[in-house]
Amino acid sequence: MSIAITTQIICFSVLSLVILIGAIGVVLLESIVYSAFLLGGVFMSVAGLYLLLNASFVAAAQVLVYVGAVNVLIIFAIMLVNKKEDLKPISDIKSRRIISTSICLTLLSLLIRVDLTNVWTLSSPQNSIGEESTIRIGEHLFSDYLLPFEVASVLLLMAMIGAIVLARRDVMSKDISTGLPVDQELIEKSSEPLLTNKN
Amino acid sequence: MSLESIPIQAFLIVSSALFCIGVWGLLNSRNAVRVLMSIELMLNAVNINLMAFSSYVDNNLIQGQVFTIFVITVAAAEAAVGLAILLSLYRNRVTVDMESFNLLKW
Repeated sequence: MSIAITTQIICFSVLSLVILIGAIGVVLLESIVYSAFLLGGVFMSVAGLYLLLNASFVAAAQVLVYVGAVNVLIIFAIMLVNKKEDLKPISDIKSRRIISTSICLTLLSLLIRVDLTNVWTLSSPQNSIGEESTIRIGEHLFSDYLLPFEVASVLLLMAMIGAIVLARRDVMSKDISTGLPVDQELIEKSSEPLLTNKN
Repeated sequence: MSLESIPIQAFLIVSSALFCIGVWGLLNSRNAVRVLMSIELMLNAVNINLMAFSSYVDNNLIQGQVFTIFVITVAAAEAAVGLAILLSLYRNRVTVDMESFNLLKW
């Protein structure tokens, strides 16, 4: 990395602040739409961290896949299921919050303790391939990681077919059990829920 | 002593904090879409960890970057299937409240 260390530290601090504050906003904000856009900001900052780590290819993949695909998908899902609803209050919400927050804080302190006390055996920066990382990733993908690479393509195909099957409407014109014509409209009509609440 | 580069611990702490925020959101969200977002946050925390180790510990072979590519692939597939499940749940239940998905509760 040819950037001066001071610049690196400033970039790292700004990116980490954006990541952490954005992530807290994602989980805490009332409006789900704001959360989705903040999530896009978090993904972009993570891509910035990858650039600081000399990984331009992974940073580009992060921007393309996460910001370009996953985030857009999430925003589409929000548009499709966006209905104002009054959530039923939970009686023991307070104890749940306390328990989950304490679990998370314990986990965080444990992880930070491991991060700080463990002695990492770092490799010398002379061996670093630096800007050549894209070439090295290509070599890996077509030699020792060839099988996972091909399996990943099968996984993507399965995910695509599975998502289509799960999300489509019924293609038959009549309901099998009742014989009534099936609702083929694009816009969701108000209908009786198929599964009723247990309580 | 002058610093040569950012210490690896800084990256690890950021990723730990991001992971814990994701866990908190996963446990406390009532909107199913927000649960999926929390899972994406946790996957990103893991990716930061992998990238930091690949850059500091294994900076010649960078196998961590290859793993990150695979994690990104799996995360994209997971998001697509998760949102499809969410859509069909919404079609059957007309809500995205996690508390109402209690069919498997005894």
